[in-house]
Amino acid sequence: MNVEELKIQISELFPAASYEEGGEWLNINIEPNDWLAFAKQLRHDESLFFDYLFCLTCIDWSQTPAGKTHLTMVYHLSSTKYRHNLVVKSKLDRNNPEIETVSHIWRTADFHEREVYEMFGVNFLNHPDLRLLILPDGWEGKNPMRKDFEDPVNMIKL
Amino acid sequence: MSENFSNNSESVKVLPTGEDLGGASFPGKIEEIPGGGIVLSKLDDIINWARSNSLWPLTFATSCCGIEMMAVASAKYDFSRFGFEVARATPRQADVIIIAGTIVNKMGPVLKRLYDQMADPKYVIAMGACAISGGPFFYNTYSVVKGADHIIPVDVYVAGCPPRPEALLHALITLQQKIKSGLTREQMPPSPKGV
Repeated sequence: MNVEELKIQISELFPAASYEEGGEWLNINIEPNDWLAFAKQLRHDESLFFDYLFCLTCIDWSQTPAGKTHLTMVYHLSSTKYRHNLVVKSKLDRNNPEIETVSHIWRTADFHEREVYEMFGVNFLNHPDLRLLILPDGWEGKNPMRKDFEDPVNMIKL
Repeated sequence: MSENFSNNSESVKVLPTGEDLGGASFPGKIEEIPGGGIVLSKLDDIINWARSNSLWPLTFATSCCGIEMMAVASAKYDFSRFGFEVARATPRQADVIIIAGTIVNKMGPVLKRLYDQMADPKYVIAMGACAISGGPFFYNTYSVVKGADHIIPVDVYVAGCPPRPEALLHALITLQQKIKSGLTREQMPPSPKGV
């Protein structure tokens, strides 16, 4: 399916989603509370069949010129059967970032979510094993990819 | 060339210097005698000459400099020509470690351990901006060691991001010249107290 066909199909399945124009792939914004149900549909719907989560990351918008203060979860999905791609974004509250895990839908999300957990401090609800992935012990709660992260011992500020 | 050998006799012939042979000269002089000649040299010089021409690097690469290092190892640049014969996958068989890439705080103890496992005499080349100073990761990072010489001593630094293969070859030849020129760190007498 191309972008327009995909948009029509997903609008039928999930009327609550809003879309971002521009970009190579279809961009969908959803509420964090809707994500789990939406993800299941994307994965299991026969005509969508998004069986491959090829990127899962987070963006900290604080200290940007636009003056935003939230976090954005970004999920890049692809279908190995139909070869169509999709980007799902979800705004999170920076002070209490929480979203449902999708590690039981796409197995790869397990490690990706652990990395986002340690780097940005996003709490993935119902994650089977949410602990530090790369950072050594003692880094719990420090979240080095947050824009306001400070480390006076290791970091030389420019 | 060493000045320690007497040069009174006209029969003493100086061996070709490094400049003639691209640094591959044998240290010493030939005392010509009927029917041939005797090579006069110092054992230290010969050992250093032998060492410098058979330096086995450790396969150690932590980022993109490693790709350049592999290019230098492969047929086009081929550092085997200068005696960097085979890259060894174990530090116990390696003579030189080329720090090809960024050293992060988590890698620091690993690098130290690899260096400790290498047999003496051992040499270190810091390849590229990351290994020299942290390079592009000097500012605003929590994870990068600002120069591998915070962890192990470095013999030769080669600048670049990453350095050209020619630059690494030059660094390797510079290391050879350093070894040939005199005492290694291990051979130096301990410095007197208070110095």
